[in-house]
This record gives sequence, structure tokens and C-alpha cells, in this order.
Amino acid sequence: MPFRPTAPIFAALFIFLLHMPLAAQARTNVTVASPWEVASADPAVSGFVTQKLQIMENLVDADVKGTLRPGLATDWSVSEDGLSWTFALREGVSFHDGTAFDAANATQALKRAYEQPGVLAQAPITGIEAVDGAVVVELERPFAALPALMAHATTVIPSPGALDADGVPAELIGTGPFRVTAFNPPQAIEMVRFDDYWGEVPAIETANYLAAGRAETRALLAESGDADLVFTLDPAGFARLGDVTNVETVAVPIPRVVTLKVNAAHPFLNDPRAREALSLAIDRAGIAAAITRFPESAATQLFPPALGTWHDETLAPLETDVETARARLAELGWSEGEDGILTRNGERFALELRTFPDRPELPLMAAALQDQWRAIGVELKVTVANYSIIPEGHQDGTLEVALYARNYALTPDPIGTVLQDFGASGGDWGAMGWENATVTDALESIAASADEAVRAEAIDTVSATLQAELPVIPIVWYQHTVAIADGLRGVVIDPLQRSYGLSALTWAE
Amino acid sequence: MTRGVPLERTDLSNLSNLSERFGLRGDSEGTLGGAPRAASRAAPFLAILAGRSMQALIVALVVGVASFAMMHALPGDAAYRIAAGRYGYDLMDAAAAEAVRIELGLDQPLWAQLWNWLGALASFDLGRSLVYGSPVIEEVATQLRYSLLLAGGAVVASLLIALPVGIAAGMRPGGVVDQTGLAISIFLRAVPAFALGIVLVLVFAVQLRLLPVAGFDGPRHLILPSLTLGLGLAAVSSRVVRDAVAEAMSAEWRLFARTKGLSARLTVLRHVLRNAALPVVAYVGVQGAYLIEGVVIVETVFAWPGIGHALVHAIFARDVAMVQGTALALGLIYVLLNLGIDLACRVIDPRAT
Repeated sequence: MPFRPTAPIFAALFIFLLHMPLAAQARTNVTVASPWEVASADPAVSGFVTQKLQIMENLVDADVKGTLRPGLATDWSVSEDGLSWTFALREGVSFHDGTAFDAANATQALKRAYEQPGVLAQAPITGIEAVDGAVVVELERPFAALPALMAHATTVIPSPGALDADGVPAELIGTGPFRVTAFNPPQAIEMVRFDDYWGEVPAIETANYLAAGRAETRALLAESGDADLVFTLDPAGFARLGDVTNVETVAVPIPRVVTLKVNAAHPFLNDPRAREALSLAIDRAGIAAAITRFPESAATQLFPPALGTWHDETLAPLETDVETARARLAELGWSEGEDGILTRNGERFALELRTFPDRPELPLMAAALQDQWRAIGVELKVTVANYSIIPEGHQDGTLEVALYARNYALTPDPIGTVLQDFGASGGDWGAMGWENATVTDALESIAASADEAVRAEAIDTVSATLQAELPVIPIVWYQHTVAIADGLRGVVIDPLQRSYGLSALTWAE
Repeated sequence: MTRGVPLERTDLSNLSNLSERFGLRGDSEGTLGGAPRAASRAAPFLAILAGRSMQALIVALVVGVASFAMMHALPGDAAYRIAAGRYGYDLMDAAAAEAVRIELGLDQPLWAQLWNWLGALASFDLGRSLVYGSPVIEEVATQLRYSLLLAGGAVVASLLIALPVGIAAGMRPGGVVDQTGLAISIFLRAVPAFALGIVLVLVFAVQLRLLPVAGFDGPRHLILPSLTLGLGLAAVSSRVVRDAVAEAMSAEWRLFARTKGLSARLTVLRHVLRNAALPVVAYVGVQGAYLIEGVVIVETVFAWPGIGHALVHAIFARDVAMVQGTALALGLIYVLLNLGIDLACRVIDPRAT
């Protein structure tokens, strides 16, 4: 409920403020608030912010549907054998510091991106070279999704003038429509529009970015008008802002999924029926309604509708059925012990779930799962810690179950991520102790092929097998929540979260 | 004349414990007044400076080694934590962790890592942040500037509130001001800084639109976080002021001053305030120390890029160099703060040994 000061002095101030003359001219600045701190100028670390703010750009761009379009490269093509990609570069582009953009500095940036952790490692790259003013990428085997990787935040091109003595970018200098005037890590970036931008120069003259870690603060920034575009609100803040007249709230489904990673090599979990039982015990609708507060976001399969062709409408949805769950576990030889927990050969069905607090809803969901699994006689111990305990546990084999949110649209084409997660021997953020030759083959053919029909068939095989085998158990799909100030026009919320779309914004007069 | 209620007595005894811990030996029993004698001042000041310099050196060594040891005593693989802090959960994986391990030489023996840090420290080099690669000294300098600004703002806000309220209450213990002050002080002390901050933002930023919600673009941004912290501090310090003033007011030497013919106003100005100042200055010192590192939640609520916030992030991301650098800076500030308080108390009461 909004706070209502009653003292007469407040009322007097109120009336005074109400009668202040409103600005007659349209505003020319915009302030963005989000939870993500920016503490480095290195694209490998904070490219995801400099890309969204349109400070730095990629060779390849993408629209909100994930369709690739020219960025700093005007055109790209692949050789007959699929092993050599050529990216023709835009001419007449300059960085914010006046340096001309060319194949040499693009190659330098991409080589560094390949050496750093990032998406380029997904592709079987053998060399990146500048050839006749174009960037040429050589591959070991065909990889159709390479242009999509060139649209990722870690492959933006910083100015060679921004590099320090070790070749690490130390300043935020790119080619984008906004130029940085002040960088106060980790919280704030101030920008002005770049008048020499190669594309259409933005209508907005200045833009500010503020990282506010607390969701309460972000909601208040939106409500007070201190920030015009506020991203990632908590359910309480989102509901409250819905009642505020000068702010519009929007929720956009995005291809991020809360999933349970299950150690399929664990003696309790190595039978698909055990994983099915755990899945059947989960009340997804309840979790979606009570925790994320978007009832429609309960997952019916791993890939959400926001992922386009990867979502399979014909797939039988994941269901909640506690009785069947109990029956499946009974088939596997489990019987109820004295304290209500299942036992088999003297072993209790007790598992440890690892999750992390960076996404505040995850520990809540872990608590809900603890409760729901107890109903089928499975005891769950929840460990909330740094998220790196999940890949660490995957590598040393100690992980049993983990709860996290996985983004399947890191790049406009999710194949790179899916291949990492469900390819041969699984992945740190995907399958563990689970291998399926059909899925591996299908993923290889999706990665290598540009033929839509071939890809579609293979994608269906992957979706159906994942649904049947449940190497990871999907819980809910994400909604991206945004608060938009009244009067701000041209706002486009990108489900791929590649851009805040600042260059297209205008203010109503 | 009414004496203080039990709660207030407890406050004072806590205070004397705290001042002892901070190496303060204020003598609030006797009377003092008039100008301090200049001749006796220089020698003890030099002694204080020498003592504190030695302390600074020891603090630097102990803090550096202890924070290193503590960071390495934490469970789990540091390479994974650092990679997590750097790349975020969408990109962090085991390969990233292994790359970090090689880049930072985390596979070196611990004694070699500590030796390297100490060697660099001897040439005033705090190294680079393991997570962000930026020089630790630059990071700490920036964060410290913001934290000191906020701490200063909070102390000013608390004094602006605590001094008038405390003096008014102390002049008439048990009076209306005293009783109301006590009630408000208990309330403010009980409300968590987080909630207080949000309420202040709702009133002054959202409803009245007078001040910004968060960020740090100018002096206006300093007001709400300072007030949030200042109110919490004033809740206690107003009682400390009140007790000190009440005690001075009831002291025999005050009666003597009045008897020798000084007016009530002059007695307060020349004797009461000076005597009451000693415990208050000592307590402000304690608050200063608390403020510099105890403001994490307020920094987070107001998106203020201070050192407390940064230290928590550094610990979580296992950024050993940042933790060592930050802890070192905080340790040295404690020493400086102690020195400042020592000198201030010496000026107020030159008889202290």
C-alpha cells in the first residue's frame, strides 16, 4: 500500500509540487536501471551490459524474433564444404575514439573472445584471419550456427584504442550509437549519443545506466520517476507498480528456464522412472502461481514457446500426479520407512539439492520442492551457496540435484548451448551421467546443417527424447519484467535480452 | 534532580568499555575547564603519533596475512568462485574455472602466493583484482571515497540530531524532551536500517519527489542514505550526549562554578559542554568505525558504490587480492580514527595520560 503522509506540511509541499510547471519540451534523456553491475570494460566479463546499452556492437545483429541481420558485417557466407565462413565488413564505420573499424581490429577482438570463456568455444574454430578486408573463420567441421555466435555479447568489437598493455580492454569504447562519457564501476555508466554513428543516430541525446542490486530499490526508482526503464522486478514490486499511474509494467516470456539438473549416474536416479517420479511430484502450477506469480509460466517441456521452433506444441505436457509418482518408486523397490521417507536395501531416499541466491526465487522454489518431494517420501537437503558449486559438483561427481535458471537464447540460435548441455558426456549446466546416442547424433546434424527441414526433424527428436528421459527436469519458464515510464515511446523488449533498444526511444511532448 | 533511568546507565557503561577497547582513556570523573596548558602538549602528541605508526605497521601485516589465511580456509575451489564472479552463471563453467586457475597461478603453493603479495605490498603495490583485473588500489580508493563521504554525511546527520536533542534532554533529565527522546530513540534503534531507508525513500523520493531514490550523481544523492544511517546513530548518541550532559549538570564542580558567580549559561558553555564532550567524542569515534564497514545493507539499498558492498562481493567471489586490500585499508582507517580521537580527547582534556 502506498505511504500517505498526513501532516499538513507534507500536504502543502504536495500541492506546491503539483503546481510546478510541467516541462513543455520533450525530454531528451533516459535512465535505465537493472540489477547487473558492470565492473570491467572487458567484453568477456561485462559485454552483456555494453551490448544491451548499444555501446559496443557485433558483426551480426538480431531482431527480437532472433532473426539474424547485418551488424558490423554487411554480409556473410560459407564455403561449399562448410568449413570457411567469410564476414564482409561495413565500410566507413569508426569507433567512439575516432579509430577506423576494419578487419584487423575485428579479427583481434574475435581472437581474444575465442581465447576467453564465452560462446565461441562452442564452435569447432581452427583460425580467425583478416583476408582482403573481410573476417574469415576456419572450422574443423561444419557449424551452421556460427553467425549466431557472432551476435553474442562476448563477441562485441571494442576499439583497439581501449586496450591496455596486456591487450585487455580497459575502457568502454565501441562503435555503437551511444558513447560513454563517464564510467563509475560497478554501478553507473553515463552516455551521450554518438553523432558519427554509421546507422540512424538516436533521438535520445543522453542516457544513464544504474545498477541497483535490490529489487525494492529498482521498484522505487521506477515509481519515483528517477529511472524510466527498469528491468527485472520482483513479484511484489511488479504487482505494486501495476497500480502506479505514471508507470506501465510489461512481462515478456523469455527463453530462460528454471530446471533441475539430475545426476543420472546416481544409484537412486539412474532409472528414467525415478526421474519421472520426481517430476510427477512437482506442482509446477503451484510454484508458478505462488513464487513467480505468472501462472502461465509453469513449464510443460524444457524449451519454452519463446524459443520458437525448439518448442514442440505436440509434445504431451509434464504433469503432476503424486499417485503415479509413488507407484513408479514402488516399482523400483522403494518402500516407506518409519519416518515416511522411502528406503531400499537399508538406504534412505535422501538427496542434496544445490542452488544459489543470485536469483532470489531459486531458494524459494527449492523449499517448495523439499515439501513436494517429501510427499512422495523423498528427503531433500537444500544447500544455498555460490553458483559455481554446481559445475564444481558436476566435475567431481558429488552433485546429486541442482536447481538453476538456464538461458537457452544466449545466442539467437540455441544449438550451441543445447549441444553443450546435452551433447556427448553432458555439460556443467546440463545433463550429468546421461548420454543418449540419438540425441547426440540429432544435435550434431542440427549444428552442421542449414537445411530447415533437416533441422526441424532433428529438433523434434531432441525435444521428445529429453521429455521422455528427463536428464534435466524443467520447472518454470521465465518472464522478463519491465517498468516503463509514461510518455516513453518506441520501447521494444527484446526476449533475447541483447538490447535495451535505447536508440529507438523517443519522449512524447 | 531526577537521575537517569537504568537503560541510560547501561549505555554509559557500554561506552566506557568501548572507549577502553579503542585505547581511549577519558577521565570523566574530575572537573576541567579553562585553557589547556600549551607546554605539556607536544611530547604526548609525538608519543601518540609514534605509537600509532607502529600500530599501523602491525595492523597491515596481521590484516594481510589473516585475510589471506581466512580466504583460503573457505571450503571449495577458489578458481570456480573467481570464474563465477567474473563471467556470470550463463557463461561460467568448468573450462572457465580451469582457465582462471592457470591465468592467476592458483596452482602455486599458498606460501608462494602470500610471499608474492607481501613482496608487492613492500613496494606499496596491492596487486590486481582477481575477478576484474583492475588495480586493487584504484578500486579501494574509489570505494573508500564514497564510503567516507557516506560515513561523514551520516555522522554530520547524527550530530545535527543528537546534539540538540541530547543536550535538551540532559539539561532536564526526566523531562518531556528526555522521555519523548528516549521513546523515539528506542523505536529508531529497533527499526532495521533497511526498512528505515525504504520508508525515507517512499516519503522523500516517491511521494514528495524532493530527493533521488538511489545512485550518486551529486550532493542530493547523499542526503537520504546519510539520514538513514544518521537516524540510527542518533538514536544511541543522543542518549550518550544526554547522559554526559546530565552527569555534568549534577556534578559538584558545576555547583562550585555557579557558586563562584558564573551565570547558568556560562557554566554550561565553559564547563558542562567541555566535560560532556569527552565521552561523546569517544563515542563518535566508535560510530565512525562501525559506519565504514557496517553499512553494507544501506549501500545496497541506495546503490551506493562503497567499500562494505564491495567487500561482501569480493568475499563471495573469492577475490583474495581485493579482500586483502580492502581489509588493509579498513585496518589503517581504524588506526587513523584512533589517532584522531586520541588527539581530540587530549585537546579537550589535557590531563589524560
